[in-house]
Amino acid sequence: MTSVTFAPTAAPVAIPVREVLPWAVFAGLVLMIALYFVGAEEGATSLIRGMYVHEFLHDGRHLLGFPCH
Amino acid sequence: MVGILLTRGMLVGFVAGLLCFGFLKLVGEPQVDRAIAFESAMEAREKPGAGQPQHDHSAHDHSMHDHSASATPKSAEMAKDEPEELVSRSTQAGLGLFTGVTVYNTAFGGLFALVFALAYRRMGDFDARTTSALLAICGIIAVYFVPIMKYPANPPAVGNPETLGMRTAFYFAMIAISLAAMIAAWMLRNRLLQRHGGWNAALMASAAYFIVVICVALALPEVNEVPDAFPAVVLWQFRIASAGAQLIMWTVIGLAFGALAERAEGSRNFLRLKTARY
Repeated sequence: MTSVTFAPTAAPVAIPVREVLPWAVFAGLVLMIALYFVGAEEGATSLIRGMYVHEFLHDGRHLLGFPCH
Repeated sequence: MVGILLTRGMLVGFVAGLLCFGFLKLVGEPQVDRAIAFESAMEAREKPGAGQPQHDHSAHDHSMHDHSASATPKSAEMAKDEPEELVSRSTQAGLGLFTGVTVYNTAFGGLFALVFALAYRRMGDFDARTTSALLAICGIIAVYFVPIMKYPANPPAVGNPETLGMRTAFYFAMIAISLAAMIAAWMLRNRLLQRHGGWNAALMASAAYFIVVICVALALPEVNEVPDAFPAVVLWQFRIASAGAQLIMWTVIGLAFGALAERAEGSRNFLRLKTARY
């Protein structure tokens, strides 16, 4: 443990959960919604009426591996 | 710190998205076109009367809609509610593909950064770049390769619209279980580390992960909706294109984000390397 004595500030520590949590919750939610729109909106479930989102993202949805229709 | 990592993750994801788009445009789109051509040919054979140009399926291939359209061909109500060509093929293969792929990649880059923020120095005694690379390797296995072994990516013309909800639920369940098993396996590895050393702990944790996901994959119902006459080569090449795009995304994110995270920790004293707490 001598290295700790010589470099007291150098020890790499995890980012405290308290600091990560708000980011993880809010940004995580927004990003998951983005993935939902790319992957499943107007497919398995639908928030918006019509088929425009489905048709627009059609090719990407297939090629990214989502069940499309 | 987390904000910086998140921004960098999304940036790296966007760049990965541009590369993925280029790759899918060149390698993936020809397979999509071939699958749609097959679907049109099949439909023309099934109902020779319905093979009119306005219904040639070049615009879109949503079978659910097609069935209703063939039952009441071009009723006024239908034409108003659902125009035949909602989005043209060129838009689907261009701007649509671009939007889908870049949003998907950017979102994954951001989520990757958030996971990194939690995993760094908790996953084990690894520096930032190693953590990032390990997360990418475990990520592509848990989120893509294991789930598609059970529920592979399918081109247009494959898949019954009536089972879409069920298939989507199974696919997402497979991803969620696989991801949870991967996280549990890492925790197991860290518990075994002291007693069995790095190699054996990692091997035991890997074995545990694969036993779990194989059992789950065997337990979940099988889906096979590939039409009998569908060309095997198109199916194979479509799936290779899909896997290639994922490989590009995870490689770019894993390597580039690691480099940027290392620089972020250099500028801040926060995530310095060298001495280990573990």
